[in-house]
Amino acid sequence: MALTSQILELIRISSTDLPADVENAIQEATKREEVGSSAATVLQTIEENIKLARKETTAMCQDTGSLVFYIDYPECGNERIYRESILDAVREATNLKYLRPNTVEPLSGKNSGDNIGRNAPYLHFHQWDKDYVRIRFMQKGGGCENCGAQYRLPDSTLNAGRDIKGVRKAIIDAVFQAQGQGCAPAILGISIGGDRAVSYTYAKEQLFRKIGERNPDKEIAEFEVELCKELNTMGIGPMGFGGKTTILDVLVGIQPRHPASFFVSISYMCWACRRRTLTIKGNEVEYD
Amino acid sequence: MIKLKTPISEADIRKLKVGDQVLLSGIIVTARDAAHKLMYEDRPTFIDEYLKDGAIYHCGPVVSQDSSSGEWSFISSGPTTSAREEPYQAKVIEDYKVRAVIGKGGMGDKTCKGLMHTGAVYLHAVGGAGALTAERVKKVLTVFKLEEFGSPEAFWVIEVEDFPCVVTMDSHGGSLHKEIADKSYEKMKLLIG
Ligand code: SF4
Repeated sequence: MALTSQILELIRISSTDLPADVENAIQEATKREEVGSSAATVLQTIEENIKLARKETTAMCQDTGSLVFYIDYPECGNERIYRESILDAVREATNLKYLRPNTVEPLSGKNSGDNIGRNAPYLHFHQWDKDYVRIRFMQKGGGCENCGAQYRLPDSTLNAGRDIKGVRKAIIDAVFQAQGQGCAPAILGISIGGDRAVSYTYAKEQLFRKIGERNPDKEIAEFEVELCKELNTMGIGPMGFGGKTTILDVLVGIQPRHPASFFVSISYMCWACRRRTLTIKGNEVEYD
Repeated sequence: MIKLKTPISEADIRKLKVGDQVLLSGIIVTARDAAHKLMYEDRPTFIDEYLKDGAIYHCGPVVSQDSSSGEWSFISSGPTTSAREEPYQAKVIEDYKVRAVIGKGGMGDKTCKGLMHTGAVYLHAVGGAGALTAERVKKVLTVFKLEEFGSPEAFWVIEVEDFPCVVTMDSHGGSLHKEIADKSYEKMKLLIG
């Protein structure tokens, strides 16, 4: 019961209260745009919307997304208890309108009404050797998910080879293709390596990192910063109206690949970057 | 900032240009995929009075109904991707004499021509600003096809006040989406050589 209400609170915070790092990045972006331009007005409206959602405890965006949970639990833990608590919390959060019913049968389009179905919410369990529980939660909007892309290098149309230069070209192309469709300004989660499935998953997992949280590898970290600057020279801007900020940050993860394959995956996250973490250590409960 | 109120005259629409920032007030109607398909295929008349010189809003809202009064309200109601209505939009605009289509992401050539022909504009709302747009929805007047289509797909007839949008496609063939796509293509070529 306690666990269910803690998870419900995690969902409530996520859906209604944008993390501070993302809000700050949006505020910085607003300052860069020309006063009175559409880009500036849109960013101001987004800022107002963020504050209003927080104050009124309403979903900041009506697309409350696909629900993704990453659960790290200690050795003595029990998956079943986490699973049941999460499903109960999701049902209740849907009742309370923190979540819109967003889970439909693929072919008939029939809505399950409570956000529950096979792989919905998507639960990723991991037993670790720490003595506390960490539940990371993400709401991934449909519009921005549609802007995700996977490239198989080499790619002859882009003239992109199997190296960091090729990776760069693939990402630039994905941002061009997306234009404003994914509710830019966006955050990019990138995976270099892995098979097709793992590559996409790892790209999305990068989006749990805070804005400005650089990859520990110095070269990759520099690549992230440089590429973000370059992408913002493209002039797509907030909502694709033109402007200086299209991308708030680029977060790259690398993992080994099969010698024959070279995948680059891009998970495109809209400005409404809803991800929150719950940690439970004995009686201490923390939300971040 | 230009203030517009439905019903809107063709003359007022023709004055609007790509890039104009607009605050829209008055009665508008939500319509997504199921609603567009119906209007396109069957041309029902129950929605005529609300659409003539009015606005269609591409939106699947989060709604709530007061258990005692039965009144509906919008809780979160930002725009949804408009491109899905591309096959239907031009005909719907013409058949119902719609003056504005509100959504996000812009629309294609067919709609662009339809806007020119009928005298209508595409207004881009702020994607994701669900809480703020719901606050600008002052009243839910009525709803059609709620049972059949479900709440996100129903025709919600609502009254809005100072609903913020930007004209991204006008009635003279202008499209900000085309402009930005062309410009960013040039920049991309510079970056990747
Ligand atoms: S892309 Fe994001 S901000 Fe835009 S409508 Fe979807 S969830 Fe909301």
